Amino acid sequence: MQEVKREVLVSKASELLNNGTVDRVLGWKAGEFDYDITPAVFYTAEELERDFVWNDFCGANFSKYLVAETGKSENKLLVFLKPCDTYSFNQLLTEHRFDRERVYAVGVGCNGMLDISKLRSSAEGILHVHTEDADKVAVDTLYDGTVTLDRASLLPDRCVNCKSKKHVAYDELLGADGEVLDSGRFDEVERIERMTPDERFAFWQGELSRCIRCNACRDVCPACTCEKCVFDNPQSGVENKAAATSFEEQMFHIIRAFHVAGRCTDCGECSRVCPQHIPLHLLNRKFIKDIDSFYGEYQAGAEVGSRAPIVDYRTDDLEPGEAVERGGEHA
Amino acid sequence: MQRIGVFVCHCGTNIAGTVDVKAVAQALKNEPGVVFSTDYQYMCSQAGQEMIKQAVADNKLTGIVVCSCSPRMHEATFRKTAAAAGLNPYMVEIANIREQCSWVHKEMPVGTEKAIILAKAAVAKVNLNAPLTPGESPVTKRALVIGGGIAGIQTALDIADAGFPVDIVETKPTIGGKMAQLDKTFPTLDCAACILTPKMVDVAQNEKIRIFSYSEVTDVKGFVGNFDVTIKRKARYVKEEVCTGCGACTEKCPQKKVPNEFNLGMDNRRAIYIPFAQAVPKVATIDADYCTMLKTGKCGVCSKVCTAGAIDYKAKDEFVEEKYGAIVVATGFNPISMDKFDEFAYSQSKDVITSLELERLMNAAGPTGGTLLRPSDHEHPHTIVFVQCVGSRCSACAEKGKEYCSKICCMYTAKHAMLIRDKYPDTEVYVFYIDVRTPGKNFDEFYRRAVEEYGVHYIKGMVGKVTPEGKKLHVQASDLLDNKQLHIDADLVVLAAAIEPDKSARPLATMLTASMDTNDFFTEAHPKLRPVESPTAGVFLSGTCQGPKDIPETVSQAGAAASKVIGLLCKDKLTGNPCIAHSDEMMCNGCSTCEKVCPYGAITYVEKEFRMPDRTTKIRRVASVNEAVCQGCGACTVACMSGAMDLRGFRNNQIMAEVDAICK
Repeated sequence: MQEVKREVLVSKASELLNNGTVDRVLGWKAGEFDYDITPAVFYTAEELERDFVWNDFCGANFSKYLVAETGKSENKLLVFLKPCDTYSFNQLLTEHRFDRERVYAVGVGCNGMLDISKLRSSAEGILHVHTEDADKVAVDTLYDGTVTLDRASLLPDRCVNCKSKKHVAYDELLGADGEVLDSGRFDEVERIERMTPDERFAFWQGELSRCIRCNACRDVCPACTCEKCVFDNPQSGVENKAAATSFEEQMFHIIRAFHVAGRCTDCGECSRVCPQHIPLHLLNRKFIKDIDSFYGEYQAGAEVGSRAPIVDYRTDDLEPGEAVERGGEHA
Repeated sequence: MQRIGVFVCHCGTNIAGTVDVKAVAQALKNEPGVVFSTDYQYMCSQAGQEMIKQAVADNKLTGIVVCSCSPRMHEATFRKTAAAAGLNPYMVEIANIREQCSWVHKEMPVGTEKAIILAKAAVAKVNLNAPLTPGESPVTKRALVIGGGIAGIQTALDIADAGFPVDIVETKPTIGGKMAQLDKTFPTLDCAACILTPKMVDVAQNEKIRIFSYSEVTDVKGFVGNFDVTIKRKARYVKEEVCTGCGACTEKCPQKKVPNEFNLGMDNRRAIYIPFAQAVPKVATIDADYCTMLKTGKCGVCSKVCTAGAIDYKAKDEFVEEKYGAIVVATGFNPISMDKFDEFAYSQSKDVITSLELERLMNAAGPTGGTLLRPSDHEHPHTIVFVQCVGSRCSACAEKGKEYCSKICCMYTAKHAMLIRDKYPDTEVYVFYIDVRTPGKNFDEFYRRAVEEYGVHYIKGMVGKVTPEGKKLHVQASDLLDNKQLHIDADLVVLAAAIEPDKSARPLATMLTASMDTNDFFTEAHPKLRPVESPTAGVFLSGTCQGPKDIPETVSQAGAAASKVIGLLCKDKLTGNPCIAHSDEMMCNGCSTCEKVCPYGAITYVEKEFRMPDRTTKIRRVASVNEAVCQGCGACTVACMSGAMDLRGFRNNQIMAEVDAICK
């Protein structure tokens, strides 16, 4: 269950449409299944009343949509942002990827979104999902009738280890604002760091070998907004390159992790959309953890215009040799 | 398709000793694009260069690969050769098969294999080379000297003498540096102040020279001929142009308990002070850490006694921005801290002092008025022990001290010993040394006089421990020549502390993008042939910031640096480097990352209209490189996440082709 009710969002959006503040609304609408919620643009209060959805499956981070959507009209666009989305929002502003003047951002509190794959593995043949209760999720299934599950057990890693309930950017806030949280988001990274290089290679080989190169992680990633992606550019020499060896399978994701290093806000969209359930966010978290320990705490997107440590040169910067040393034996 | 010629140099036996040069030339014949391949004893010789020109003409070559020494050595030579042969000079690539190959390998097969790989990489790159044309940039005819010691003073005077304006930036309230603190100078024993202060006055009176005292450089942008420098003028709370230097304030200031850094803390000064009588500029400075008025708002005595009305308690740090064509680093040295050498009891006894402290104790303007007295009880010392190499010539594994020889200690210790024996013949003077190093004009004669005429006891061996015992200092030492232990009850122990570069040098090097060695001394462009130039164009080195030096050496280096600056400032235009960045606007995201990392401020962002595939137009924010300002460092190309930034002459695909050629 979400604290802020759907009706509150719809009435706010309708009000802003009607008074001319915005001319369209970026929100969610139902998909084929209850858990299959899709981003959509709404133009009228009637459309909102009829189709707008806000529930535990509205995980999509809208920040990236603004890059294309703000270019379509001179008028303002209303966007709903959960706390973690606001970090991506700021990061894209830092990179000048959209015009802040063309956006009216409404922050919405978030109680965590549900992980569809966890839901699927707990209940087979899902017909409907009822998320109105605060702690329980009731699932009508084809075979077992209604199954009641603990909501907490259905949260994805990014919500279990939520880094912040605080909105770092908004024009208006619905519901109360939260705090930056002391999450255990690096625990899993530390576990992998403790592996021997061989174990770690085997672990990632096992995960990444499932990749089908659907590019969903890239397409959803708010840090991946290049005009022309190197993997789509015939001149890059690596365009749509098929993996020639089992080692090369890993390169796409490792290149992508390097590409977003220092810019990744850890929104976790990559892992949410991966159809093969590869824990891609762990690669990014390793970078975030290293950056934190080498250069001091840094949260991408916490403020607009901040300089990521790896593109910021200071006289007291860590020497590369020292960085390797501090990375330890398994760095 | 290129038509490439490969030229393999023997460099006498330098390369041919460990690389089968004929095999290299043979192997390269079959590389794509190569139409000619040969070897020769000395490619850089007149005959070698003629051979290249002839081969270009005979084989209609479009590109050249020279397998020889480092491009730092002869890239320019072979570019000129190519230009003389009618090729674009940027169609030349050097495969470094000497420093990176023959000098690091011992076995012929290994060296040969690597040389072939390096040459193949260079061929792969030339295949993708394109002709490049350099631009020109103007020269700002003004020099900046950072540091106002004897090195900075001499450099500034010489540059000004050639007619160019010079600014000196000095962190202390006065110029003069370490030399101003010295008593006498070896080997002639003339008084340091007597020979330094006339030069300081020359600086003050020279119309071409401006002194920014009590100031520091906080930012450097730009490049050779066009540096933009920000100088922070620290608030001295005294108007420099109004103060007459009468000194009334320094006598009336009630805050008397401020350690006097000019006398190394051995006596006190006031909170408002002029460091010493001959200071330039002769202007008072308020020490904000001690001034009662600045700390509590109650006092104002100096303001009342100042007839000129120069005191300004509300003064703030000011920032001056100035353009320079050349920058000279003259940041000097400091004795190292004695904290890690407690075996000599420096922290336990006031009578264990450093040599620089002894200079002040012997100086007429020092804390004792020139009479040598023990700091603890102001009694005349009768037995003095000098310890050489304290922190110098330490082994690499030692956690304290420096590996290098500080160079000046042997001579100044001989000077101290001689002066003491001359003035106080009743004093016994012992000098403990590892070696006595006295190369220099009249240096060894000077040292021998100390031993032979003045009866200084020179003992080869190190002092193990100094223990304060009552009024005495018990010195335990070994005499290596006599092979026995010595015990001396001394009244005064003088430590010849190693010298190290000033702490301001490291951040300054970062600002200047000038390189340093592991000891934080600035590196020269070539240790023998370009000793006063840093590898960064337009940045020159003067004095001990480059390595330990005595005064004569410092002054000659200062003059050499000045002559290099003058040579640069005489030019009206500088030919630029065509290997600069450019942005592919179709790929640029407009994210500003390159703009942030550019150390030269060469990148700006512009809004441009682009036609889209559906015939609409879209305004996009894209990076634009100022070609006159870009220095081709490549920082933007690696920071660019979309791959839009590329460096001419070192394009991403050229680098990848080299890597591919090596990994094949």
